Amino acid sequence: MIVIGELINGMYKDVGKAISKKETDLIQHLAVDQVKAGANILDVNMGPYTTDPKEDMKWLVESIQKVTDVPLSLDCSNIDVIEGGLKLAKNRVVINSTSADQDKMDRIFSLAKKYNSQVIALTMDKAGVPNDKEKRVELAAVIVEKALEMGISMDDLYIDPVLLPVNVAQPQVSIAFEAIRDLKLISDPAPKSVIGLSNVSQRAKNRSLVNRTYLVMAMANGLTAAILDPLDKELMDAMITAELLLNKNIYCDSFLDAYRKR
Amino acid sequence: MSIELVKEKYAGPVNTLEIGKPGLKSGPIVIGGETGLPFMFREGEMPNRPIVALEILDMEPTDWPPALMGAFGNAIKDPVDWAVECVSRHNAKALCVRLQSIHPDFGNRSPDKAVSVLKNIIERAGVPLIVVGCGDDERDNDVLPKASQALKGENCLFGIATQSNYKTLTATCLADGHSIIAESPIDCNIAKQLNILITDMGFDPSRIVMHPTTTALGYGMEYVYSIMERSRLAAFIGDKSLAMPFLLFVGAETWKVKEAKDFGEAQGVNWEVATSAAMVQAGADMIVVRHPGSAKTITAYIDKLIPRSSGRDK
Repeated sequence: MIVIGELINGMYKDVGKAISKKETDLIQHLAVDQVKAGANILDVNMGPYTTDPKEDMKWLVESIQKVTDVPLSLDCSNIDVIEGGLKLAKNRVVINSTSADQDKMDRIFSLAKKYNSQVIALTMDKAGVPNDKEKRVELAAVIVEKALEMGISMDDLYIDPVLLPVNVAQPQVSIAFEAIRDLKLISDPAPKSVIGLSNVSQRAKNRSLVNRTYLVMAMANGLTAAILDPLDKELMDAMITAELLLNKNIYCDSFLDAYRKR
Repeated sequence: MSIELVKEKYAGPVNTLEIGKPGLKSGPIVIGGETGLPFMFREGEMPNRPIVALEILDMEPTDWPPALMGAFGNAIKDPVDWAVECVSRHNAKALCVRLQSIHPDFGNRSPDKAVSVLKNIIERAGVPLIVVGCGDDERDNDVLPKASQALKGENCLFGIATQSNYKTLTATCLADGHSIIAESPIDCNIAKQLNILITDMGFDPSRIVMHPTTTALGYGMEYVYSIMERSRLAAFIGDKSLAMPFLLFVGAETWKVKEAKDFGEAQGVNWEVATSAAMVQAGADMIVVRHPGSAKTITAYIDKLIPRSSGRDK
């Protein structure tokens, strides 16, 4: 499983404040803590309250890169802001994200090509998030076709079937499992799959339990990556155990420790 | 249309380990470092060729078959002469000394006596040493720390640590700068667990050698092969707790079985060579054999499999 740490996000009050006041310490601690807890990639999202997104993105990328070398996922809807971050990034970046709209894919995939980046693509378009599996898979096929046409390899493409909160759109939540499974059938080699895990439990009770149960079920359906909170130890334990039960790692009595020592 | 070969690309190499110290007649020797399955030179490298070591006891053997004893003549009566014979006449690159004399059933010799024999061996033979206990935990935990201390600085490989008895040997190897053999009963789950237990004591994982245990030809060695392959594939995709080189005591297993010991020297040697060849193909980095004729043949076999441009000569 590829773990994309979600905690550097301006939506969180303390992070939003740290971004506006340029408190490097808090951001750097969050980066290091997430990597220590098992994040392979760090998501960087300034949140909705930024007044100078370009500068904030640059500051975030520079601050994080001073303390860790893991790849960053630049999470922003403004392409110029993403490009500002791409220019500063030392490692390969994941651009987060494009929709399945042709004009948006044109611009994002061109940017990915130019900077040799990976891309997260959402199975939604101007019409919104589809409410069935078929439409999601159809949009995924559109994304794959466009990516291949523009020379993006399937190894570098993450498709996100768009996870909705269980307390808002319950039937959609199980449909996403089916979409994850069917993504594997679109092409050979297949694109990667990713979910924004915490969405499933937005405003729900017992979030951690909902998150980890969903993650394990999604993994059983073939999920390759998730944007999640790596500091949720029970969530990470469940993920490690699921990998074990899916025969991705060799069992030993200290399997949790063994995984963390990798 | 041309068909392209499907080649695997792996992420993690097997650890590289050095045994012995500079200044010996032979060595130090280096094992491990592979980046792909054995002898698949299109997929990965094998920077160090598998090493064949000869096994001797620290006493004249009382239970070895004549087909094996005869190969060493009178030298086998004295462990130091035997060691020298292995190196000077049979070109052994490394020696494995089994401290059989300390076993309650084989003389129950004192630690002092065992240590002094060992010191003489390393002095006279001048090759990297593997030192293994007698298999009786109590005696081994008494003698091995003393042997380890006496050989401090010689960079030996000591064994054998098992899941139920690893702490004493780990601590002593840690203190005296030796590497350690971690044994698991044809079980990659236990192999992984033991590697973790040993490293949890602060031991450098790159100084662990795995002994997956083995069987002789005809006794289920296919299973050993599959366990070794499974461990290796895990190591190559990044499981560092299984990225240790493999050592196999082929001689000790082979010369136990009737097919090897009861039908004359030639068949015994063939049995040991056939078992060794399979284990080298399974990924063994070091093979310990008992008959010098087997050592010679299996070394030639390894040399034949490794192209001249590949494999560091040691």
